[in-house]
Order: sequence, then C-alpha cells, then structure tokens
Amino acid sequence: MTLADILASLFPAGHAVRVTDGLVSGDGPLGASRLAVVGIADRTALGVDGACTLSRHVLDVVQSGDRTPILVVVDSDSQRMSRRDELLGLNEYLAHLAKTLLLADAAGHPTLGLIYGHSAAGAFIATALATRVLAGLPGADPSVMDLPSVARVTKLPLETLQAMARDTPVFAPGLDNMVAAGAVHAVLDPDSPLGPQVEALIGQMGADDIRDRLGLERGGRPVAHTIAARVAQDAGGG
Amino acid sequence: MTGPNSSPIPNRDERNASPTGMSWYEASARQRVAALLDPGTFEEVLGPEQRAMSPHLPLFALPRAFDDGIVVGRGRLDGKAVSVAAQEGRFMGGAFGEVHGAKLVGLLRAARASRPEAVLILFDTGGVRLQEANAGETAIAETMRAIADLRRDGVPVIGLIGGRAGCYGGGGLIAGTCSRLAVSEGGRISVSGPEVIETNKGAEEFDSKDRALVWRTMGGKHRRLTGGADAFCDDTVAAFRTAALDLMGRAPALDLATLEAEQARLEARLARFGDCRDATEIWSRLGIDDPAAVPGLTAQDFDGLVAGLDGMDHDAR
Repeated sequence: MTLADILASLFPAGHAVRVTDGLVSGDGPLGASRLAVVGIADRTALGVDGACTLSRHVLDVVQSGDRTPILVVVDSDSQRMSRRDELLGLNEYLAHLAKTLLLADAAGHPTLGLIYGHSAAGAFIATALATRVLAGLPGADPSVMDLPSVARVTKLPLETLQAMARDTPVFAPGLDNMVAAGAVHAVLDPDSPLGPQVEALIGQMGADDIRDRLGLERGGRPVAHTIAARVAQDAGGG
Repeated sequence: MTGPNSSPIPNRDERNASPTGMSWYEASARQRVAALLDPGTFEEVLGPEQRAMSPHLPLFALPRAFDDGIVVGRGRLDGKAVSVAAQEGRFMGGAFGEVHGAKLVGLLRAARASRPEAVLILFDTGGVRLQEANAGETAIAETMRAIADLRRDGVPVIGLIGGRAGCYGGGGLIAGTCSRLAVSEGGRISVSGPEVIETNKGAEEFDSKDRALVWRTMGGKHRRLTGGADAFCDDTVAAFRTAALDLMGRAPALDLATLEAEQARLEARLARFGDCRDATEIWSRLGIDDPAAVPGLTAQDFDGLVAGLDGMDHDAR
C-alpha cells in the first residue's frame, strides 16, 4: 500500500497528515478520538535534521496533555550515511527520537509502528522499533542490511547467502523474517479498513516487551527469550 | 566493523603496574570488569562455564565464544551495588548477536526488580552481528526500551566507552539512551562507521584510512566538546572508575522536561554547527583558540580546556 492508500483507509472521513521532505506528521479522527501520525515516507534516509523534526512532532503530541495514540509510519532508507551526520552526532539524534517515542508511550500515548515500505539499520531502530507494538503491511521490506552488503562483510558468495536465507530467518532481510524474530508483532490486512485493525492492536497492548517471547514462539529467535529470562532470574536476587 | 589500525594511546608499559592503571583499550572485557569494580566483588551471571553460545555462527562456519562476547553480572563500586555488562570487542567486533543481546536485555530487566545504584555498560561494539542481524537489531530495540524503563524508575544507566571496537551502529543508539557517558580518546561513538560511509558514499565523502579524521569526527574529545559525552577519561581503568562513580551520582531523570531540554540542545547544535565541514571548525566556534592542538592534548589539559568553555555540562540527555 502507498501512504496515500493507508491514510485513506485509516481516515475515510479525511485527515490532516502531511508529508514534507519525506517526513510525515499530522493527525486524523480515530473512533471517538484522534490518532497522531508521524513517520518517514518515500524511502527517505534519516539524518540529524529529519530526526530532530520528528522528535519535535512526538514531543508536541505529548505536550498536548491528552492520551492520543501515535502511529509511526515508515518507508525509509537506512540512517543517512554522511560525514556531516556523524560529525554532528547522529547517534544522539536517533536515540533522542527513540526516547521521545518510548516516553510518549510510557506517558499514556500508545505507540504503534507501521512498516509499509523499506527501512533499515539505525532508521528502523529509531522509529518503528521504538514503538510498543509494530505492525507490517504485506510487501513491506524491512532489513538490517541487504544481502549484497552482507556478502561483502561476511565474504560469503551472494548465492550461498541467498540459499541460506531461505531457511534461516535470523539474518535474512524481509518482513516475514522480522515477524519471525518477534520484531514485528502482526501483519495487517490491506483489504480491510485499517482504522479498526489499528484500534484493535492498540486495545490489545500489554505493558511488557514481548518481542523475545514472540521470537521463540515463531522460531525466528530460538534462544533469546530463554537466555534473557535466565539472566534476569540469576541477576535479580537481593 | 571499524577498529582502527592505530590509536593515540600512551605506551601500555607506563600504566600496567597496578590493576587500575591498566589500559582500558588494551584490556579484555573480563579484565576491565575485574579491575573496575571493588576487588573480588564481581559475580558473573551465565558465565562461560554455562556455554551459552550462538546457535547461528556454525552455519557460517565461524568460531563461537563461550560467553558470546559479553560479560554480565553484579558487583560493587566503592561499596555501591551495581549491575555490569561488558562487551568483548575482540570477539566478532563486540557485535550484537542473539545470545549477546539477550544477556544484556536480561541484565537490564533484572535491574528493574533489584534496583542497583547504577547499571554500567562497558561498550565495545561494531553494532549488529550481520550473521544474526534480525536478532541483533531486535535486541538493540529491546535494550533501549529496557534502559528507558530503568531510567524512568530512577536507576541510572552509565555507559563507559573506550574499547578497540568503539561504539558503532546500534551501539551508538544505545549509548545515546544512557543517563551518562564517559569516553576516552580510543572510544569512538558513531552510527555509520568510517568504512560503511566510504563503501556506500565513496572516499570523497569519508576517507576511512584517514585515522586523524576518524578520531576528530567520532572520537571521545569531539563527543565531549559537543555534548555527546559527560566525561573524558584517560585510557586507564582508574580513570573510568572515577568517572563512573561521579556520573552515577548525578544522572538526569528520563522525563518530559529532560527530553524537551535535549530537543533544545540538539536543535541548537544544528543551528550553530550545521554548516561545519570539519570538527576543527566546530571547536573553533566553541571558542577554542587552537583547535588543531586539541587531538594532542593530554586528558588533564583537555579537562582544563573544557572547564574554560560554557555549556559543557548539561542534564539534557
């Protein structure tokens, strides 16, 4: 689905969501209340400037004082790779954006990510992966790194990696593999109105981070949940 | 993976006379933890004898480590209860794999219940381990959520950065989520590493072989001068111990006021330095008379320089 399709399905009565320089912000009616929307469109790379704009939008929602849920829509490149971005401290800008989303959620604004296109690496961590519940749409293409780049770094032939990727979800790009890892909680149905699906996901949200448990149940992260639970138990005593 | 070929670190023979004089950069993760904490107080959890190894590396015909490249546990720092995680930069560049990440997440979750006086994260990482990319990336997101939860509960999370792998990729984002950071000359904090930028954008954008460029763009002094780190340390365990104790006693809360202050701080940085091409231009605008001399300053002289500048210490993190 395109962003326009998504917004039309979410807000059949209209909305005030705009895209400026690949950055999404605005809101629309949801049920008896409203839904704030922020995010990245058009496969835009996320650099210091864009991250700073998005974090301002998130803080504005929190400042409103109500409990408006926040939808984070993502079709991005990776973090913007440049000397200027790193010179200016990109890690702080991306972490700050993630912290505003984490704080918003804790302050009563449920955060829901929606990966509908591409995303990768730092841009993915700072946006979609910083929400409480992350949904995907069929055709979405999240990744940490594309296979040709993985081939360069691991010095394995691309054909070998492609063959391995078919039965090893832990390293291969793609929505199905992120679902298997537990990073993406649910895949939405593009043929049904998105508003009720989003409302249902928000209504089902629990307080805990269940991504490692999902990764165990779905087989994409076979040991993380058990390891984390063992450490939590052994390190937790008085 | 972005480890440098050389670094501006003093000769190790000068400093290894006592455990705390040990070079942070040269030490292993286990040596750092043992020398950082009060002697004999560290209790490792899920230690190497438990053989919690990566289930994925054999697929790539790569060797595994009994601790998957991270040491986690509890101990005391000047008598205060602390939880500690230390990444081993010499195994897979300290990168986040499934077990590695889950150990850190488990430690942070445990701290929510046990409430130590601080959690210390000794970063030494190139970012996500590509052979386990989805697990590593998700673990980084879980780590950031767990740190935010801890900070909101009032437990400081202190990052110590001075290892050979630096603090790159998702490690840089986790560092930016911590309450406070101490960094040495060897500690580099960045998202895209020099090689990654050069591979994707060309050597004209970033010449990864220009080590001086790497240090002044991503190194500890630049991060301290621009507000990305709260303390600059000599490359000794003793210096990091002193910094950790100081920082855990003055950690900012994670609340709306803090994030509004950070927003203002980061917007001001863009407005003030957004057109700078090189770190030396930024340092000059900060009021440093001889920016070219900054990389060569000792930690003591550098601290003196920082003390004479405005706005170096802040709670906007």
